[in-house]
Amino acid sequence: MNRRNFVKKAALGSLATLIGTDIVFGATMPEGYTPLALGDPDPFKLFDLDPEMVVLNDKPWNIEAKAHLLNDNITPNSAMFIRNNGLIPENITLNEWSLTINGESVQQKKSYTLKELKDKFTHYSYQLTLECGGNGRSEFNPPAKGNQWTIGAVSCAQWTGVRLKDVLEDAGIKSDAVYIGYHAADIHLSRDPKKEPISRGTPIAKALQDETLLAFQMNNEDIPIAHGYPLRLVAGGWPASVSGKWITGISIRNKIHDGTKMKGKAYRVPCKSVAPGEKVKDEDMCIIESMPVKSLITYPKSGAIIKKGQKLHINGHAWAGELTVASMDYSIDFGATWAECPLNQPVNRLAWQHFSASIILPEKGYYEVWARATDTNGVSQPMLLPGWNPKGYLNNACHRIAIKVT
Amino acid sequence: MKFSKEFKDQIKNLCTVITSMSLIIGIGILLCMVLLINPEIIKSTKSDSEYLPVVIGEDENKIENGIHVRTGFVDDKGLMETINNCTNCHSSKLVIQNRMSKERWIATIRWMQKTQNLWDLGGNEEIIVSYLAKNYAPTKKGRRENLTNINWYQLED
Repeated sequence: MNRRNFVKKAALGSLATLIGTDIVFGATMPEGYTPLALGDPDPFKLFDLDPEMVVLNDKPWNIEAKAHLLNDNITPNSAMFIRNNGLIPENITLNEWSLTINGESVQQKKSYTLKELKDKFTHYSYQLTLECGGNGRSEFNPPAKGNQWTIGAVSCAQWTGVRLKDVLEDAGIKSDAVYIGYHAADIHLSRDPKKEPISRGTPIAKALQDETLLAFQMNNEDIPIAHGYPLRLVAGGWPASVSGKWITGISIRNKIHDGTKMKGKAYRVPCKSVAPGEKVKDEDMCIIESMPVKSLITYPKSGAIIKKGQKLHINGHAWAGELTVASMDYSIDFGATWAECPLNQPVNRLAWQHFSASIILPEKGYYEVWARATDTNGVSQPMLLPGWNPKGYLNNACHRIAIKVT
Repeated sequence: MKFSKEFKDQIKNLCTVITSMSLIIGIGILLCMVLLINPEIIKSTKSDSEYLPVVIGEDENKIENGIHVRTGFVDDKGLMETINNCTNCHSSKLVIQNRMSKERWIATIRWMQKTQNLWDLGGNEEIIVSYLAKNYAPTKKGRRENLTNINWYQLED
């Protein structure tokens, strides 16, 4: 008997006995989801996830949300996408954890224990939007290599920690500093200890922003292991790969950081736009900085059937990387006409904003509600896919939900 | 007469063997049935680690509806070469969700060899690449697809 089949056939209650642990969401496990049972870890239990989260990859873990799971203003852990490049660190010892500031442009190499970081520097809390650079990759044509994210690799949680700026200045930044790069405790897939799964960074200006944190809390609790416990760099509005997890070091560099996934085509798009499928040389690829303007309709869940005359309330979030969203529009006629709807100001810079609308759909039939955000530079989301790029980054095409009026 | 006594003894022995084997099998079947009806029993008699491997070990390579159940890979020529070389570091899920031409599958293998410690695939490379390019080839999607897999539900006011 095959093990997965065996699992399917067994009652979930008995399954728990066989595995020796409880299946937390056994009762609400979604149809078609087969637990990775009997030896394989169950990510839903392991990471305390909503049972509707979608596992794209289990080695390394890559898990995304669905739009309707992201309805909260502050994203809970249960709906937060997980994008790992390597394996989660094993045996984290809190007392031994330290952060080293080094690099060509540090005045004095310096190490801090977690306690020193927490005691020495002022704490700040911000709601910060983190979106995977490859969110929406699945829609590109020709397809791009990598995890096929749809729309759910975005979150806006409340992060608490110390300002990276304060720590870097404490160690001392030389005048020739141009970039920082992080180093972390995660393990390369090949388990080669000489390889870093990912080591990215930001220009020094982004590193010195008030909202760029070395965080030790997410949503007022210790950061969950999958999101970087015990220490995470959080740089909102930029590809989430900049926000390194399990941080053990920050290098202040006198050149653009050259760690893993900084070079080649990783987290880069063509400097000048190219035709779909065109070959692009590495030297013609530019590093992604701020993420583009984007929005999600998080209520109702796509597929709602309403009665004719019934008001349809929608709400969702909009964000614009380093910028603010200036206005929000929706369309019920596939983009032929647009109506503006109320939009909140962000609670702090780099936090996503919330919109809502009450809509009357005039006739019976099939509708799609499309949402379109416009940033403070007057740049809007495209309805079609934005410019094709070899790695399938930055898909900020309008989100839409299906509605039927009966 | 001598022969017939020996023959009788042999029959007798055979009967004993068959009887005891039937008994053992019968008890085994009974135990299995009891376990199927109430698996809770096992908890009090055996520790978890003792029976776990027994379940896992059975039929690792079962094919169902043309799919290799353990990995989710399509059953086709090159399946085992692909499993043996492509699921050591990362999950089969990473392969299955991608769509590439033969040329791009090869480029991906080269990238993994250059940066991810993937070994030289030797003669298996052609087999693996052919398998991937045939079963995980790109489809034309255009600039925006229709919404699909909509789960319709009644939304109350």
